[in-house]
Amino acid sequence: MQRCLDLLTSGLTPEGILQQLINGVTLGSVYALIALGYSMVYGVLELINFAHGDVFMIGTFVVLGVTGQFGLTGTSSLALVIPVLLLAMIAAMALCAVLGFTIEKVAYRPLRRAPRLAPLISAIGVSFFLEAWIATYVSSRDHTLPNLLAGDIPLYADVTIRYVQVLMLVSSVVMMVGLQQLVRRTSLGRGMRAVAQDREAAELMGVNMDRVISFTFIIGSALAGVAAVLWMLNYSTNQTIGFIAGLKAFTAAVIGGIGNIPGAMLGGFLLGLAESLGAAYISNASCGIFSSAYEDVFAFAFLILMLVFRPSGIMRERVSQRA
Amino acid sequence: MSDSSSNGSAFLEVTGLEVAYGKIVALRGVSLNVSQGEIVTLIGANGAGKSTTVRTLAGVMRPLAGRVVFDGKETTGRPAEAIVRRGLCLAPEGRRLFPRMSVHENLLMGAYTRRDRDGIRADMENAFTLFPRLKERSTQLAGTLSGGEQQMLAIGRALMSRPRLLMLDEPSLGLAPILVETIFSIIRDINKQGTSILLVEQNARQALQVAHRGYVLETGEIVQTGTGQELLESAEVQRAYLGM
Repeated sequence: MQRCLDLLTSGLTPEGILQQLINGVTLGSVYALIALGYSMVYGVLELINFAHGDVFMIGTFVVLGVTGQFGLTGTSSLALVIPVLLLAMIAAMALCAVLGFTIEKVAYRPLRRAPRLAPLISAIGVSFFLEAWIATYVSSRDHTLPNLLAGDIPLYADVTIRYVQVLMLVSSVVMMVGLQQLVRRTSLGRGMRAVAQDREAAELMGVNMDRVISFTFIIGSALAGVAAVLWMLNYSTNQTIGFIAGLKAFTAAVIGGIGNIPGAMLGGFLLGLAESLGAAYISNASCGIFSSAYEDVFAFAFLILMLVFRPSGIMRERVSQRA
Repeated sequence: MSDSSSNGSAFLEVTGLEVAYGKIVALRGVSLNVSQGEIVTLIGANGAGKSTTVRTLAGVMRPLAGRVVFDGKETTGRPAEAIVRRGLCLAPEGRRLFPRMSVHENLLMGAYTRRDRDGIRADMENAFTLFPRLKERSTQLAGTLSGGEQQMLAIGRALMSRPRLLMLDEPSLGLAPILVETIFSIIRDINKQGTSILLVEQNARQALQVAHRGYVLETGEIVQTGTGQELLESAEVQRAYLGM
């Protein structure tokens, strides 16, 4: 027993916690970007777009393709790395947007008036299709980018934040602020919120449903493209990455309150934190019963607890507040 | 203005409209018309088909048969978006505001199909003149307004599309008597400013007093029509709708 207590306290240093917080927030920023796509689509269509994770996966392969084309290595100069990464981001955003737009047109739009299970199954079908397509025609191995932008910034004691982590955080926050402005300030964004709040009233005001839905898929998928670039800076990919990353991001969306945009961001960060703190401390906290290999278990335990105790999410949509 | 309307034929002309929800027939050949500058009311009991009529005219329901001509052009089966752009707008039953948008944003939603910024700003000022309460509350969320304020916002929002014919579905429903008076006087004001009105009401007495003409709808059919005064004096209307 005493041994357990020692183990628990020995791991808990302020430096260690701070480092895990940094890791958690950067991971969470990527989850948040993907989660936005789930949440926005759910907001306007009440559909869980299970193919969204695979759009993200395709994005990671676009990034691999672009960076491979320019022969980036760990020793490439910044003057080459930055423009190539920018190009990779633009390419991933554009291709993901086109893919998301097409998936909606082909797999969901014809089923708009069908029972709700039909588009869900169609979404799973699209997901399998994309995975199989990549595995068959592109690759079924793990891929990573070379270690670009190596180096870090010391923060406090021996706590550091890596350049790629700074880039991930800054890019995702810029994207989220941009999205918030788009949804708050533009006419199309207002139309999107109107559809989410009262579809028929939105139609009566002259909102073109089809256009709003297409726009939602394009924006959500482009954000998944950004997430793909950030993901590749720090993690690896293969054809199944969309499933696991997608499921995590979906969890983040549910935690935040699905359909709610700030909620998806908050949920992403919370999930990233839970995962990295959980992975770092569960072994000691449980006297070595659980190991950090249980990282994914925490993410989904979090989902289950959330669904049991607060199914509408942290930032619940106040559905009762109807006008 | 098109030739047909200047020749004195109806601004809105509905002929033989048939609508069903699945197998349940809601409208069995409804015909009615509204001339430019008129207030026309459609009265009838719950479930007679009043809301179905205006929702079909607004383009959120598709008719099985019949024809709708607005300002000389056929709008039958056209999407709501196209109909709003043509100047026919419905303020739906139950207000149907966007509860998590501010008063100001709800009004902007009314102007969704428009791109003339200056015109929108001017109409926003008009709406605030018509409903000073809304100006005080312009940053408040619509879901937090009182029933009367919500109805004012619903009418204001519909006016933001700059309709030439405004359809109002049960604007007085659920309001205190004093507010009912206010709403009917506002309807008169809007009409005086040149907007034609098709008014659906259960409050038959008030509606017939404000309207130039009226139609009585029973189980999906028009059973009686006349000027507001004629209908107020009709024995059948008095017995069925005025509680006399």
